[in-house]
Amino acid sequence: MTILVNRDTKLITIGFTGKQGTYHSLQSRDYGTNFVGGVTPGKGGMVHEGFPVFDTVSDAMAKTEANTAMIFVPPPFAADSILECIDAEMPLIICITEGIPILDMVKVKKAMLGSKSQLIGPNCPGIITPGECKIGIMPGHIHMPGRVGVISRSGTLTYEAVFQLTQREIGQSTCIGIGGDPVGGMSFIDLLRLFEEDPETDAVILIGEIGGSAETEAAKWIQRNMTKPVVSFIAGASAPPGKRMGHAGAIISGGDDTAEAKFRTLEDCGVTVARSPAELGQKMEEVLNAKK
Amino acid sequence: MNVHEYQAKNLMRKFGIRVLNGEMATTVDDAVAGAKKLGGKIWVVKAQIHAGGRGKAGGVKLAKSLDEVKDHATEILGKTLVTHQTGPAGKEVQRLLIEEGCEIDHEYYVGLVLDRNNSKVTFMVSTEGGVEIETVAAETPEKIIKVAVDSATGFSPFIGRKLGFALGFKGDQLKAATKFFKGLYELYMQCDCTVAEINPLVLTKQGEVIALDAKLNFDDNALFRHTEIEELRDPSEESAKELEATEHGLSYISLDGNIGCLVNGAGLAMGTMDIIKLHGGEPANFLDVGGGATKETVEEAFSIILSDHKVKAILVNIFGGIMKCDIIAEGVVAAAKSIGIKVPLIVRLEGTNVALGKKILEDSGLEITTAEDLADAAAKAVAAAAASKA
Repeated sequence: MTILVNRDTKLITIGFTGKQGTYHSLQSRDYGTNFVGGVTPGKGGMVHEGFPVFDTVSDAMAKTEANTAMIFVPPPFAADSILECIDAEMPLIICITEGIPILDMVKVKKAMLGSKSQLIGPNCPGIITPGECKIGIMPGHIHMPGRVGVISRSGTLTYEAVFQLTQREIGQSTCIGIGGDPVGGMSFIDLLRLFEEDPETDAVILIGEIGGSAETEAAKWIQRNMTKPVVSFIAGASAPPGKRMGHAGAIISGGDDTAEAKFRTLEDCGVTVARSPAELGQKMEEVLNAKK
Repeated sequence: MNVHEYQAKNLMRKFGIRVLNGEMATTVDDAVAGAKKLGGKIWVVKAQIHAGGRGKAGGVKLAKSLDEVKDHATEILGKTLVTHQTGPAGKEVQRLLIEEGCEIDHEYYVGLVLDRNNSKVTFMVSTEGGVEIETVAAETPEKIIKVAVDSATGFSPFIGRKLGFALGFKGDQLKAATKFFKGLYELYMQCDCTVAEINPLVLTKQGEVIALDAKLNFDDNALFRHTEIEELRDPSEESAKELEATEHGLSYISLDGNIGCLVNGAGLAMGTMDIIKLHGGEPANFLDVGGGATKETVEEAFSIILSDHKVKAILVNIFGGIMKCDIIAEGVVAAAKSIGIKVPLIVRLEGTNVALGKKILEDSGLEITTAEDLADAAAKAVAAAAASKA
């Protein structure tokens, strides 16, 4: 089972023929993902690296029965690609592109309402169900199949957490980077709900950042609804206020969006907190041992 | 990206928002000439720096004669203003805005921002204008009224009425306020703002609704479609090193500590800073080399980190995803050879091509401390920085 992606996933890449699109599509295929083709407007009918290229997302879906799209389109055009996927009723859209204008994403968010699509990202590493399906830019080899879910706003910090788990021989069910932008697709809560319902997940690691209230909302949701243990780290305790730390979302704007405030809320809501990013694996091991 | 008040007001005029007439000046003579051109009997001399809190720091002064304009301009130009937003070093004033005066009846606060909870652009208004909105939010949150705008329908007159009535406007004032709110929303959407803040918006004794101050911030990711806004950039308002980093595709922010950090990914970069602090050290910077870094960008990153003379040790923490460890290793070696790294260098590599990366470092013959994991790396960097201080 696991969540969102597995052996039944059929993947196409939007922006397939570009350098990044090509590289990461082939990496996904090599990992074992069922990659079936790509979309690059104007290059329909072409065969690229042995895979068919289509002009539109609907064409690609009709011919390949793809149920998941990975987007590698440059930032000025990426929102348009997401909208095209929504229009084509693509069930799952994963947008890797970094640097999409915020107001473009505000429009996308509106279009998502009542649609048949789910969106992960943008500005994210993607999603992987170890041993079954890898969609995105994460290094596949650090992962190991297992029963811990990972959700994160950061890319490389997700790898760090996964690596620590694998070192301790704690495998992962599904790992998802939701992206660091202020407006994005699936939230912590959307994914926590899926993990809570997933019989193949026993516990979840949640990695957040300073800025915004997503972690606070997630903490409250966990307290009310989650029976599985959650371990969490919030990046940015050392960040000075008012400074944007790379991610558009990672800025303390006052109020309760500091790392300290989020740590406290998470603890109050029964989440196991790792104050250091180096302790995520160890904390998860402790939590799993306590559960036995 | 931020712009100055006078630039923001020029933009606002284009969207039909009522602002006072004003003249920008970079010299005392221009300031006096500007005041003459504006006419009237009363002027306000305003320091143009991006940071807020200028008034309290003595950067905004009322002049009742041209001599007073001259006196104030002489005093403020070249003065270093220290406000709660400039940091202790303050900011030197290089430009002034000379504005006509007006008779204020009441001051209001108006802000337009993205509400991340519902992904809607949202008005925040308050009858408590002229004071910091953070104070109002903390002490009397009920005095802040929020109205979200649906992106599909855009601005509708009821939004203006809702906001206007909430602020107590009546009759013609309400019409003027609605026009103002509509203009501000259109500016925000058409120019890709991230923040539009008018504090204060004033109602004059003559019943006019005027934006007395203006703070606009634009989405850096959208500047590609706004060359006219990009041209308003004032490089003197931005850190030279941060600008240099941006040009090389690096994200760099200078901090106060002595451990230089070179990391890939914003989250891991923040996490690395956090763990340095947990081990009792202080990071000298945030630096994200990003996913597309080359040997040259890594070299550039080192030269930026080393240009900060507080740096007593450098911690390289790379978790290769798109970024390959061998590329980083080559950059480290190249930087060591071309610019010379005289402070202890602690390197932690993991992920894509890690074996290759480690081999390049070993074969280089450079004095590099390798770290086993994140905690080990932080401990070694903190110890190295402490040792070299002694």
